[in-house]
Amino acid sequence: MDFMVFQYPMITIQACLDGVLLGVLFALIAYGMALQWGVMNIINIAQGDLVILGGYIAYFMYLYGIHPAWGVIASPIIMYFVGVGIYKLVINKVVDRDLFISILATFGISILFMQLMNFAFGADVVLANSGYGTTFLFDSNVVLPNSKIFSAFVSIVFAICLVIYMKKSKLGRAIRATAQNARAAKILGVDTEKVYAATFGINAALCGVAGALISITFTIHPYMGLPYTIRSFMIVIVAGLGNLPGVAMSGMGLGVFEEFADYLLGTEFRIGAVFLLLVLILVYRRFKLSRKREYLK
Amino acid sequence: MKINKIILSFISAVAILLSTSVVSFAKVVGDKIVLGAAISLTGKYSSNGVHTQNGYNMAVDRINSMGGVKVGGKTYKFEIIYYDDESNPKRAAQLAERLISQDGVEFMLGPYSSGLTKAIAPVTEKYGVPMVEANGASRSLFTKGYKYLFAVLAPANLYLDVAIRTAVELNGGKGVRIAQAFEQDAFSQDVRLGILDAAKETGSEIIIDDKLPKELNDMAATLVKVKQMKPDVLVVSGHTKGALTAIRQIAEMKVDVPMLAMTHCDAAKLSKQHGKNSQYALCASQWHKTLTYKDNFFKDGMTYAADFQKEFGYDPPYQSAESSAALLVFKDAFERANSFDQKKVRDALAATNMQTFYGNIKFAPGGQNVDKPMVLFQVMCDGAGKCENKVVAPLKWASAKLIHPIPKWSER
Repeated sequence: MDFMVFQYPMITIQACLDGVLLGVLFALIAYGMALQWGVMNIINIAQGDLVILGGYIAYFMYLYGIHPAWGVIASPIIMYFVGVGIYKLVINKVVDRDLFISILATFGISILFMQLMNFAFGADVVLANSGYGTTFLFDSNVVLPNSKIFSAFVSIVFAICLVIYMKKSKLGRAIRATAQNARAAKILGVDTEKVYAATFGINAALCGVAGALISITFTIHPYMGLPYTIRSFMIVIVAGLGNLPGVAMSGMGLGVFEEFADYLLGTEFRIGAVFLLLVLILVYRRFKLSRKREYLK
Repeated sequence: MKINKIILSFISAVAILLSTSVVSFAKVVGDKIVLGAAISLTGKYSSNGVHTQNGYNMAVDRINSMGGVKVGGKTYKFEIIYYDDESNPKRAAQLAERLISQDGVEFMLGPYSSGLTKAIAPVTEKYGVPMVEANGASRSLFTKGYKYLFAVLAPANLYLDVAIRTAVELNGGKGVRIAQAFEQDAFSQDVRLGILDAAKETGSEIIIDDKLPKELNDMAATLVKVKQMKPDVLVVSGHTKGALTAIRQIAEMKVDVPMLAMTHCDAAKLSKQHGKNSQYALCASQWHKTLTYKDNFFKDGMTYAADFQKEFGYDPPYQSAESSAALLVFKDAFERANSFDQKKVRDALAATNMQTFYGNIKFAPGGQNVDKPMVLFQVMCDGAGKCENKVVAPLKWASAKLIHPIPKWSER
């Protein structure tokens, strides 16, 4: 154990800020997962791979001399259609089946995507340079890369837009209605098939935005998707479905938790700590549920 | 019905016949010496796998066109059977079995990466098949007592040893304070052991010793510690993603450190992906084209690089150069053994003592090449932002003077 993070207040602040900026990005991916989980009852194992694919779109723009920040516009548009395509090809066949079938199907999609990306883009680790500078705080004791600030800002903007869209637009209302009761929505004239396709598309688009941001802030690689799936899964489990403020809070919480785990336990346990936390939360939830069940008896 | 059965049994009989005849035909067929190799053509090592394959192919073409291999007064040509191991160790071991027991290959070339070489070595050892490998540097490969494994490259623990010694030398012989971050895989951990040894011998102190996860893409925490503790040397080894992540975050967080030493800069195309931000990074390399080693086939490094560029359209990374060297070693050993007996070839390999364009080659009893030091190059950029790798150590081959300490970010 290394308690450096608590010994220097500047490092504590640094860890918190890094964590929050990172967490906002996680929350965006998690929100997409929560959306389709809530609406279609599908846990998408390929979530992380959609993120990486979105990252490659921004990377290719960067290669062709376009500033990768434009990726946050182009990537969701392309990814929306990719999402709708996946829905039409695979997901619509498993959407009414039980959860296990859909997990299996999306697991297959995940493997397929990894291999295809590897085949198409090669196995090299790549990144897109934004050329954004650095922000120094507290007498330059705390440093924040502007790319991280940019990515958090864009994530928040997209999240707000999505909330408004869900509240105000016709499709948004249809999605919410389907989430509440698909059968009733169908009877009342909602084309649930269309709603499902759009939901999957929106989720993929959110992944596209996140991916573009990740290619600017970190690195991308065809096999790097899984940690993003796990993180978003965890955030959704903690926050519950259809609870956007909850998703944002638990996303940021996870970001800060990861940073602190990194300082305290060492970088090698960073992802390990996330898995451990996931297990603890699942056990806790089960424990709570069983108490409730007893009470009901 | 009956006729169907007869046809079926006929076909299977033919198939069995064919498969057995393959076994008796392979190894040395007519005027061909058939070598086998499992290479990562797909999967996460595919880019380096292709570099390896290109290196092998280039040497095969060159040796064949320059007279081939002379054994027992007859001239033979090299041919390689490749299989794709999908970057998967289990698959690589299966393919090695297949190459040896089905295709009847009697001599093997190595795959890409230490992990895959580790998977294949027990198989080649079991069948007594000599294997010359060019891409497995992990120290543990050479401590298992393998008799049929020969590596043309320097072992992993020597990768950054030179960097620490150079830093100590520049510090007036006094020990330095080292911060290090290594991925948790066989190769990087071996590099780490090398640093620990060097630190002990030079009286240096390790003040940060972080391990990086496989899914690494954020090492901000390590860098914050580096900023706080101000070490003299920062060492990072985590394959291409380690190198890329380190440079990105060092530049973004404006981390000032007098010396930054890394591995895999070449494979990460560091200066291409990061431009001026990668300036002053020190990189360990098995080979560099400006080294002045010579042989009769490729002449020297510069000629090799030019020929390679002409054939494959890119500058050869050291993975290709060392792979080409493996073929030169095989040719030399066949000719000295003057036989295709596996034992004799193995003994000839063990007695190898030659110079190639890639470096001197002489094997220790463990199979590693002990006659070729690692080189360090430094990324240097001109005013226009064009960056080049220049050899700075060991001094014998230096084409530029090491810039030390690295200028502070505020002064760049």
